[in-house]
Amino acid sequence: MIAFAGLAIGVLLGVLLNPTVPLWLEPYLPLAVVAALDAVFGGIRATLDAIFDEKVFVVSFVSNTLVAALIVFLGDQLGVGGQLSTAIVVVLGIRIFSNVAAIRRHVFRA
Amino acid sequence: MTGSRRRAQVSVAVLAALLGFGLVVQVRTTQDGGLGTARQDDLLGIIDDLTARSERLRAETAELQATRNRLASAGDRNAAAVEEARRITDTLAVLAGTAAAQGPGVRVVIDDPAHSLRAEFFLDLIQELRDAGAEAMMLNGRRIGASTFVVDRGVQLVLDGGDVAQPYTLTAIGEAATLTGALGIPRGIIDTAEDAGARIKVESPGQVVVDALRVISPPRYARPVTAQ
Repeated sequence: MIAFAGLAIGVLLGVLLNPTVPLWLEPYLPLAVVAALDAVFGGIRATLDAIFDEKVFVVSFVSNTLVAALIVFLGDQLGVGGQLSTAIVVVLGIRIFSNVAAIRRHVFRA
Repeated sequence: MTGSRRRAQVSVAVLAALLGFGLVVQVRTTQDGGLGTARQDDLLGIIDDLTARSERLRAETAELQATRNRLASAGDRNAAAVEEARRITDTLAVLAGTAAAQGPGVRVVIDDPAHSLRAEFFLDLIQELRDAGAEAMMLNGRRIGASTFVVDRGVQLVLDGGDVAQPYTLTAIGEAATLTGALGIPRGIIDTAEDAGARIKVESPGQVVVDALRVISPPRYARPVTAQ
């Protein structure tokens, strides 16, 4: 519950403040967001499995976003930033899908 | 609920807030669109595309300009050729007698009540005027051209097959003073006419009009020799 409250507050802040993304952050923010989404769906699935642990969630959230950003940064240095971004989106997308599938099985029993 | 558990829940909330914030900001940035969010590689690709395209357009512009110049110069040449041809046509039309002409000249009026003037006299008259530079002539409304012939039929003067009634009026375009002088030389046209008992009068009214026309049919036998 408190997590949803935090999410709502974050969205509200984003809408109200409407900040500009600094240039150095621009390549990393979308992937960080996708990585965080992956962590959140993993967290929801763990909650439904009744094995949710705040510490695991925090660590996975932070490491997910950092690793995603790091990979993109490395890719940019190596000149394959675009391809690596795509790779990350694909991998995270697959994980999100499998997490959502597990959530769906819990909720709908199907 | 222990304090550490509470702290963990708060950090989860903070992370969730962070996600919401990042999500909204990223969506906003993407919706702004434009080149601001494009990656460096993409920007380079776009620049390459634009450069190639402008190069292509520049080449096309040069080509079209060359075509335009070619057409314009061809048009100029054609116009010059048409102008030249028209000038020649005008000249030939005056010489051949198919166009009316006007200019300085003289009018020769001859009254010959005794019918003593023969065709030879008129040939001499025409020849004398031509010699003095007359460019267009007509006698009583008949244009005198290259193929003009003058004969007598009894006492009747016939020009190009048509009767010419008295008084004879010959209009000639040329330099009036020269024409008048040519007619007035001793033992010349005027003397001859007066000796024969005719009245001859040479007027120079300034501008004269030679508006009688000849009908010219294309030559049946003669063909121009084309220069090789």
